[in-house]
Amino acid sequence: MATLNVGEQIPELKVTPDKYLTVRYAGASGDFNPIHIDEEFAKAVGLPGRILHGLWSMAQVARAQTDAAGGPQHLKRLSVQFRGMGVPEQEVVVTGTVREAADGRLIVDTVAEQAGKQIIRNAEAELQL
Amino acid sequence: MPVNTKAVGKAYAPTHYAVGREKIKEYALAVGETNPIHLDVQAARQAGYADVVAPPMFAVVYSAPAVGPVLFDPEVELNFALMVHGGQEFKWGPLVVAGDEISTVASVKEIREEDGRGYYVFESVSTNQRGEEVARGTWTNIVRGV
Repeated sequence: MATLNVGEQIPELKVTPDKYLTVRYAGASGDFNPIHIDEEFAKAVGLPGRILHGLWSMAQVARAQTDAAGGPQHLKRLSVQFRGMGVPEQEVVVTGTVREAADGRLIVDTVAEQAGKQIIRNAEAELQL
Repeated sequence: MPVNTKAVGKAYAPTHYAVGREKIKEYALAVGETNPIHLDVQAARQAGYADVVAPPMFAVVYSAPAVGPVLFDPEVELNFALMVHGGQEFKWGPLVVAGDEISTVASVKEIREEDGRGYYVFESVSTNQRGEEVARGTWTNIVRGV
């Protein structure tokens, strides 16, 4: 894997969830909350429409770290805050910057944005290389 | 109205989850994983794993069934209508692979009020069939206007 030094960015991860992604993720995860899969229900409870599962968005943040580090074995901890709402059919961009690096252990500050707004904020990943 | 903290420290009965190869693949595809160790048993074995490897965030699949009963426990007094999933943390141990048997115990870690919001923090501890801790989840739910 590439060396990651303090102050450097991890490679950006970009992904556009398609129209039916939330349905597939509901099945894969077991979270069938209708705000994620039913347009009419979501609007009836005041949302703009179906929204992404926060834990799917967190999985994109996790994937940016494991891709950067060279595999899932390197990701030891990830904490996130969910803010705002992600929506299908709009690109999600995960960025991160190495804040600390010592003895092969990295701390990465990372966020996920959609249309310039953070949907995952104040996230922190710990990687063991 | 202050939040009720009587459920803090309460632990729940363990749940058990048998990790399947096709379930890992279904999950990996849904989150866009391209690393073949999550999708193909031969690739996983060539990389030195016993079977297809679960992506770290697959922890939600095997631990969420333990957290569900906490959310619905009347003693916790969680107001669903005003609840949002505010934050999440996982700490991981050894990787989970297909064929593993995962047991998860959930507990109420913290209930507190801050700035008119109720913070309901639950913990899940997941161990594999060898007793190794594979994931520890911290689930923070925020209720507006408590």
